[in-house]
Amino acid sequence: MQLIVNGETVDADVEEDMPLLWVLRDELNVKGPKYGCGIAQCGACTVHVDGMPVRSCSITAKQVEGAEVTTIEGLGTPDALHAVQEAWIDHQVAQCGYCQSGQIMSAAALLAIYPEPSDEQIDRALSANLCRCGTYPRIREAVKSAAAKLQGA
Amino acid sequence: MAGIGTIARRTFLVGSVAIAGGVAFGYYMVRKPHANPLLDDLAEGEATFNPWVKISSEGITLITPHTDLGQGAYSMQAALIAEELDLDFGQFEVSPGAPSAAYYNTALADEAAPFLSTDRGMQANMTRGAMGALFKILGAQISGGSTSVPDSFDKLRLAGAVARETLKKAAAAKAGVSIEDLQTRSGAVVLPDGDSIPYTDLAAAAAKVKPVKNVELRAPSEWRLIGKPMQRLDIVGKSTGTLPYGVDLEIDGMVHAAVKLNPRQGGALNSYDASAAEAMRGVIKVVPVTGGVAVVADNTWRAFQAANAIEFDWGPAPYPAEMDAHWETLSGAFKEDRLDKVWRDDGDVDAAIAAGDAVDAEYRAPYVAHAPLEPISALVRVDDNGAELWAGTQMPRFVQTNVAAIVGCEPEDVQLHNQYVGGSFGHRLEDEQIKCAAEVAKAMKGTPVKLTYSREEDFAHDFPRQIAMGKMKGVVEDGRVAAYDLSIAMPSVADSQLSRQPLDPPPGPDSQIAAGAWNLPYDLPHFRMSAYKAPPLAPISSWRSVGASSNGFFADAFLDELIHAAGADPLEERLRLMNNDVARKVLEAVGEMSGWGSAMEPNRGRGVAFIESFGVPCAEVVEVSATDAGVKIDKVFVAADVGRIVDPINFDNHVKGAVVWGLGHAMNCEITYSDGKAQQTNYHAHEGMRLYQCPEILVRGLENADRIRGIGEPPVPPAAPALANAIFAATGERIREMPFNKHIEFV
Repeated sequence: MQLIVNGETVDADVEEDMPLLWVLRDELNVKGPKYGCGIAQCGACTVHVDGMPVRSCSITAKQVEGAEVTTIEGLGTPDALHAVQEAWIDHQVAQCGYCQSGQIMSAAALLAIYPEPSDEQIDRALSANLCRCGTYPRIREAVKSAAAKLQGA
Repeated sequence: MAGIGTIARRTFLVGSVAIAGGVAFGYYMVRKPHANPLLDDLAEGEATFNPWVKISSEGITLITPHTDLGQGAYSMQAALIAEELDLDFGQFEVSPGAPSAAYYNTALADEAAPFLSTDRGMQANMTRGAMGALFKILGAQISGGSTSVPDSFDKLRLAGAVARETLKKAAAAKAGVSIEDLQTRSGAVVLPDGDSIPYTDLAAAAAKVKPVKNVELRAPSEWRLIGKPMQRLDIVGKSTGTLPYGVDLEIDGMVHAAVKLNPRQGGALNSYDASAAEAMRGVIKVVPVTGGVAVVADNTWRAFQAANAIEFDWGPAPYPAEMDAHWETLSGAFKEDRLDKVWRDDGDVDAAIAAGDAVDAEYRAPYVAHAPLEPISALVRVDDNGAELWAGTQMPRFVQTNVAAIVGCEPEDVQLHNQYVGGSFGHRLEDEQIKCAAEVAKAMKGTPVKLTYSREEDFAHDFPRQIAMGKMKGVVEDGRVAAYDLSIAMPSVADSQLSRQPLDPPPGPDSQIAAGAWNLPYDLPHFRMSAYKAPPLAPISSWRSVGASSNGFFADAFLDELIHAAGADPLEERLRLMNNDVARKVLEAVGEMSGWGSAMEPNRGRGVAFIESFGVPCAEVVEVSATDAGVKIDKVFVAADVGRIVDPINFDNHVKGAVVWGLGHAMNCEITYSDGKAQQTNYHAHEGMRLYQCPEILVRGLENADRIRGIGEPPVPPAAPALANAIFAATGERIREMPFNKHIEFV
């Protein structure tokens, strides 16, 4: 099948029921999306499919054929950071950091839809992303900073 | 600040060696226990010199042997060296280095010795010294017990200072000037005329210079880095998805493996049928391993699928199959022949309780999983000469020994590359997945095998936190707490953990059964703390704050019950009883931060708790609201005293994380067993705290204590009792059992 990942069209010879996450990680060597639970409980595998945040462990690659898949690698890079990544760095959100790819992708999708999210909208959008290190207070601060930065831009 | 005089009492020696194109600086410790041949064996060629700072003409590498589990250990260690070596962040690489006995943990002995942290008397210090010697003999390179900072603080600054002075000596000879006239700045030696020579240009010359031993550590007033906000070295990588964790590694020719082990942890594999699995797409090989079967495939998901397709006949669990029997075992352990130690026996508790109107209670803490978000994994390649392995571990030398035993080589023939870890909380003090990967790799000689546990496999084999029970009695008199009799029973974490390592459990009582409970810094007229060692049950391991994670809840929440029974104010009565000034200031701080005593609406309540663990006094005030839908945690105020804060940002982040950890698990997490299997198989059943539930957390770090300590664990134990005490204040309901959602809902 053909997938569009971070703007590039790529071929993948996989089963129709292979989750997108494993096509990305093990077939395409895109390691930003993380495996955490496999059942859409932790959000570490979050990617954007046509701009919407999706748990890539629980959607098959077949289901996203033809759609634009964006992983954290496609959101921004160390040399060209997305505003959310900049805020994540400024606030030093990460501890172990393993969930943060997913947190950042959820936050970026939230801000694309609600540029000035309320506390409740932040809670709702990011509560599906589990952080075992407990970085939630900094995640909240970083989302607000990123929103302000995007508004000012 | 400590100069060579203080350091000399701890007998550090520092040396340097020439390396390819440069120089390496290190330290080693020469405090030799008397006539111990093991030590000589270990030291020979292995511990005589171990590098911390490597400088070549190409660049500077700082060796940071404490594992970075997410706590920022690499950045902290690098900062300590860079402080004295006058390096800026960005001028060096960090590397965990190869495992070595020289990196044995000098601070673990402090926690392991059965003395109050404030006891610096001769017996206490001699015991710590003897335990320190034991850790040296073992070459115990371990990251754990909140010791990375205290273990590193003097050693790494000294390593940096020696490197600096030796580079200056080399520069003095090269430039023909006096060493006194030289300065160092930003990775270079600055000459009197203002010219500077980069360290990298001095490396070859420094390798030939006799290292300078007479160094003085800088006074805190001269610090550029310590105590000031730092940017973690890994923060960009972790914010862009570009930092590889162990589970992300790919090397040429690598295959993927999954495993199914007996879900009755430690039970036997009677038989299996893998014929369906073998026929599945991508499957390369099915390999029986200790206690289960692994599948090797060309993709992790295919390996998971195939492992799930194997039919198994598992043997019974080597512990009671049902939960009731676990609790009955604990309940039955409160008897003379299970008494491990009476840790505290002030006054005459029996007489006081017999004379008064005693209040009593039973408290429970369940098994809880570590479940770090990065599933455990290991990448191993075995060949005729030994093994090369890539995995995150808190105990690299144990891993080398265990893998060597599987592969059939010497430990030094196991080349271990320690990895960034996506959370541990004690989980990486176990190495089951590494041993399992080594078994598979041995069956696939020459092929690198990356074994990844599925989340379900991880939950089934988590080696959870100990189950524990507290039984207490107390008496109040004239509005005060007069007597407190606290008994705790749990199976021994150390015995369970060490049963899986090539070591015998240490002799003497198990300090973790009493941790956080016996050391209450209160002058109660009558106080007894008795620790009972229950028989082994399910396999358990160190879980963030270990014994104190259950004991802190028991000890403080029941004290709160007594204070309420006495009709006293929870904060005032704790302050009245407090016998330690450093701890008192911590408690006073949260009182002031929270506006303790100010009026609250009728449906709200606040609770305070204080527990010292890992030598760190920590107090928390939790504020909750009781709503129609359940209890909402509004705000938490935390104060802790670690003596010296290395990085205020990391300190703040760590404290908040530990509070979330302590509250989240108290709210809704437990591992229970049925048919010998853990019933919680993934995060839906062991959720922890989610962002919407996270309170505002306000943190204050104090620096009154006389020695530096780690903050990773100490804020965990007071979180659960502070929450229980707040729920009581808001609702009148006293919860004596974790998780609290067995009794109330949280919103």
